[in-house]
Amino acid sequence: MEQTGKMEGAEKRNSLTQSKWAKNMALIRKDWQLYTLLIIPIIYLLIFKYLPMAGNIIAFRKFVPGGSIFGEEWVGFYYINMFINDPTFWRVFSNTLILGGLTLLITFPMPIIFALLLNEVKAKRFKKFVQTASYLPHFLSIVIVAGMVLQLTAINGSINTLVEFFTGDKINFIQQADWFRTIYITSEVWQGMGWGAILYLAALTTIDESLYEAARIDGANRWKQTLYITLPGMLPTIVVLLVLNIGSFMAVGFEKILLLYNPLNYETADVISTYLYRIGLESNNFSYATAIGLFESIIGLILVLSANFISKKLTETSLW
Amino acid sequence: MQESVQYKVFKVFNVFVLSLIVFLTLYPFLNVVAQSFSSESYINAGEVNIIPKGFNVETYKMIMSDRMFWINYKNTIVYTVVGTALSMVVTTMFAYALSKKRLVGRNFFIMFAVFTMFFNGGLIPNYVLINTLGLDNSMWAIVLPGVISIYNMLIMKAFFENVPEELEEAASIDGLGTYGILWKIILPLSKAVMATMVLFYAVAYWNSWFTAFLYLDEKELFPVTIYLRNMIAGASGSMAAGATSADNLTQIAANIKSVTMVLTILPILTIYPFVQRYFVSGVMLGSVK
Repeated sequence: MEQTGKMEGAEKRNSLTQSKWAKNMALIRKDWQLYTLLIIPIIYLLIFKYLPMAGNIIAFRKFVPGGSIFGEEWVGFYYINMFINDPTFWRVFSNTLILGGLTLLITFPMPIIFALLLNEVKAKRFKKFVQTASYLPHFLSIVIVAGMVLQLTAINGSINTLVEFFTGDKINFIQQADWFRTIYITSEVWQGMGWGAILYLAALTTIDESLYEAARIDGANRWKQTLYITLPGMLPTIVVLLVLNIGSFMAVGFEKILLLYNPLNYETADVISTYLYRIGLESNNFSYATAIGLFESIIGLILVLSANFISKKLTETSLW
Repeated sequence: MQESVQYKVFKVFNVFVLSLIVFLTLYPFLNVVAQSFSSESYINAGEVNIIPKGFNVETYKMIMSDRMFWINYKNTIVYTVVGTALSMVVTTMFAYALSKKRLVGRNFFIMFAVFTMFFNGGLIPNYVLINTLGLDNSMWAIVLPGVISIYNMLIMKAFFENVPEELEEAASIDGLGTYGILWKIILPLSKAVMATMVLFYAVAYWNSWFTAFLYLDEKELFPVTIYLRNMIAGASGSMAAGATSADNLTQIAANIKSVTMVLTILPILTIYPFVQRYFVSGVMLGSVK
């Protein structure tokens, strides 16, 4: 009895899934035009996004240039052991953590502060002017930003004019490892602060004006209003952007560093992505570079997933 | 509504800080423009900040008569136009299909797309792929890797989701298929979001340099960003012949770099005031997801 009951259940489920399948197929057939729209994007993502993901297999296989993109033979953890025992890897690893940490600590809060300051400006035209000017650097190519940075920090550049005025000496900024982090973070703030504030400004416009009125009646000054109304109003936006930023923690400005660094400041400037670039494309050690890249991507993925998980638990705000 | 003394002080301070931010934001631009019109000797003496010294337009003439500069500039325009057009078509198709709740497997397809935002193949596998496909040293190496920005696609999808369903139902009763609805009903309603997307993609292609740096070896194919990059990196390109003083042998003069930077930024600066509101509205759209 029991046996047949189970069998019937299974059959029922089977026929249910079958009828669901048939129903879906009928839906798709009736609506085929909609589904054809998916063909090109999906094929595109498969080839240009998912195929390279699968290509990471060469971190565990020997790769011969010109050979299969999936490598020739298994080598196990050979390349993983290689970077674990590579002192340069650990240097670039800690540089990456430091630059990523500084980015989160300095570059990330700046747009929030900027948006709060702008929010206190009542003169519309001045506000508009400040915003328009501050967005501008966002639209420049990194090549141009790097060019400007090199020009400003050059020995005969504007910054050294100031430095010389105050100290009587000049500093060769770009050739001193001690200065690289300052240069990098400053240029990131310069390029991203204004643009980064847009989302916060948008969040500010959605805060209910009556909250402020009630606070004023209760005798809260502007600072208290900012602390108890404005900031909580921005919190969901801050959390979402923080989660996204944590996800790109490991991928610190690769292109910018590649343009700005030189052997004299490798000590602080060289990060995982630039190191694997040199290993892979200058020394042609593809498998080794892929192993390092895979390590970086996996950490990035873990970071974004856990940041999202934590924010879901703590603030009920999350990316998905 | 009276204001406290502290708040009044703060407001003055605030205007001062914001003005300083504007000045610091614009300073590098002013500096580059000033250096582009100055003579090299004043720049080397560290005397050119925001006012040109030893006024000189010879460098502009020199760069603008360099054939390679214009070839590279034209390449940038071609890559931008072709890339943006392709991106718009593919992104629109994808976003429209995913915006439909009735799409079977919708959640799977969305995850399939979003996953690529957080995990990517990495530099080397991508490099190997482009070379294996034989795309290196062609326009397609520059254009294809950036065809779909998932971020842009999600903005567009959010916009399509807000178009009232009744409009499409009415159109489908009139006998329009999905293609017809997308083309005749949705697109005319989406001009603002389309303009924003065109701008986002165009800026990305216009500014891109790294793909070109990786995949192109032939000077005739370089975009102008690589022309500039090689100059900044001090590689002696075709411009080295034009350099005059001795120390230019090792490093290309700041003046020449500045001129090239100004000429590269100029198109962006000219259209920026007219299109910036589209950028802002695009980001806003993205935030209402």
